[in-house]
Amino acid sequence: MSDGHSTPPTFADVNRDVLRTLEPPGNLYFAWMCVVALLLAGFFFAWAGQVWWGMGMAGKRVPQMWAMYITTFVFWIGIGHAGTLISAILYLFRARWRTSIYRAAEAMTIFAVMTAGLFPLIHAGRMWFAYFLLPYPNQRYLWPNFRSPLVWDVFAISTYLSVSTVFFIVGLVPDIAALRDASTGWRRRIYAMLALGWEGADNQWRHYRRAYGLLAALATPLVLSVHSVVSWDFAMALVPGWHSTLFAPFFVDGAIFSGFAMVLVLGLPMRHFFKLHAYIQEKHLDAMGKLILVTGLVLTYFYLCEIFTSLYSGEHIEKASLFWKVTQNYAWALWTMYFCNCVAPLVLFSRRARTSPVVLYVVSILVLIGMWFERFNIIVPSLGHDFYPYTWGIYYPSPTDTMIVIGSFAFFFLLFLGFIKVMPSLSIVEVKETIPAPMREKAHGH
Amino acid sequence: MATETILGVFAHVDTTVRALEELRARGYHDLTVYTPIPVHEIEEVLERDRPVSRVRLFTLLGGLTGIASAFLITIWTSMVWGQVTGGKFLQLVPGGIIGSSLPPFFIIAFEMMVLFGGFATVIGMVVLGRLPRLKASASFDPRFTNDRFGVAVHCAPERAAAVHELLRTAGAEEVKSR
Repeated sequence: MSDGHSTPPTFADVNRDVLRTLEPPGNLYFAWMCVVALLLAGFFFAWAGQVWWGMGMAGKRVPQMWAMYITTFVFWIGIGHAGTLISAILYLFRARWRTSIYRAAEAMTIFAVMTAGLFPLIHAGRMWFAYFLLPYPNQRYLWPNFRSPLVWDVFAISTYLSVSTVFFIVGLVPDIAALRDASTGWRRRIYAMLALGWEGADNQWRHYRRAYGLLAALATPLVLSVHSVVSWDFAMALVPGWHSTLFAPFFVDGAIFSGFAMVLVLGLPMRHFFKLHAYIQEKHLDAMGKLILVTGLVLTYFYLCEIFTSLYSGEHIEKASLFWKVTQNYAWALWTMYFCNCVAPLVLFSRRARTSPVVLYVVSILVLIGMWFERFNIIVPSLGHDFYPYTWGIYYPSPTDTMIVIGSFAFFFLLFLGFIKVMPSLSIVEVKETIPAPMREKAHGH
Repeated sequence: MATETILGVFAHVDTTVRALEELRARGYHDLTVYTPIPVHEIEEVLERDRPVSRVRLFTLLGGLTGIASAFLITIWTSMVWGQVTGGKFLQLVPGGIIGSSLPPFFIIAFEMMVLFGGFATVIGMVVLGRLPRLKASASFDPRFTNDRFGVAVHCAPERAAAVHELLRTAGAEEVKSR
């Protein structure tokens, strides 16, 4: 299986190498955790301030009611796409290179969707009434309006979070059993409970395999539907710059693009610090680099379509909105986005760039910045310059919402850093499936 | 009738498959096979006379329940709330629904299908795979989640010696009675 590794790892090597990632962490890890915890404390202070003094703290003024919160919400939902894409779609396509990265990517998905889920709550102001969004019997005979894209979104995202979590846990069960059998004391008891008594018996595997395939089949359309539904939050409204049938595929592609960038941002340091070079090899980096390149090119095409549609429509307001975006107050954000999403990934045409961790890392960070700005450019300039000069308005970030946006990254990294120290961040079972099974007689090969 | 369990521990897939073929040829069908990963060659031997796992039935029922409940809740709540679409209330009349905008409800139906289908699949896996198992089964060995394969044969005590011999010749590293 290896490039540059003479002997492929054996089954026992895989167990040993994955268990090694769970050893007590060093000072660097705790230093990171401290930074993350501090930022998270800032996040909670900012949120508390907003609850106490009101939404004005977050710089919300008509017409800029969505601003950074919904920008960051869509950003995190987008990040949450790569995991289930890798674990479900690439599973069905039998893309074997997915095995070494899919566990980390799935964890990333769940944590990203959890982070995203904070934003509607924060943005709703009185988040203790968030349950109003769900249909439940009440004495006022009030029900959600199922024709509203915002309600579709509630259903889409909660389904995505639930099904991704279930998928993730099902994948973890045999691995937790391996951890259980390799650990002692209270750790063993906890892992034993979480492993549900998994033994790898044939009766367990046959139902497991079937269930896993079916979950993958269910999750595949789900991945594509979630960001489509998120895009309809915009596309169903009449705001110029939003009201377009292009939005669903445009959002899905952007989500995959940014999701893969985040997989690399998390995966490359993991590979370095856990010394997983035998499992996350150059060919895996190469494959991910290619995916980023392809989705980036598709995204560039969508940007061109967006501009063309607007110019070709003959709609005065559409054209005015586009002109304002490209040249006025927020033009810097638009050009940052074009640079990060359209120009920066082009270096990945070179194979040397695709296999260089440093280049990949830099490109991934740029892509993440670009994708955050994409959502910003969809939301803020469009709302700021719609049909009627009376409703035009500029948005300035406030310390409160800036802190909350930065803090959301801390929330995400706290969950992820915690995860990689208590659970196998590399799938023991699936990595074993890609290496040759032990045979006594080598003659008939595998 | 008292049965005895003989466990053979194997280090290789081909020896495990050989043992399984031998056992089946001699008419031993009460087997439990432990593997660290699902192995195609072993499954091929075991699945020969078994029906396909019934998990898919759970998924189907879950998905259909999801679709049905989604349409029920969306249509029913539109009726009790008196939602007006296109100038009409949603009403059930003989022969169908009038004044409704059903297309948005398909989105809810799709999401609920996936949600219920997903949960039902896991329930199916847990129920059919006899999980959670509170106590390790007698023939389980911790090496089976690492790099060893186990074949546990449940047979009458008088045949134990023959099974021992069979597993040993097939290439088991270790054979023991449990």
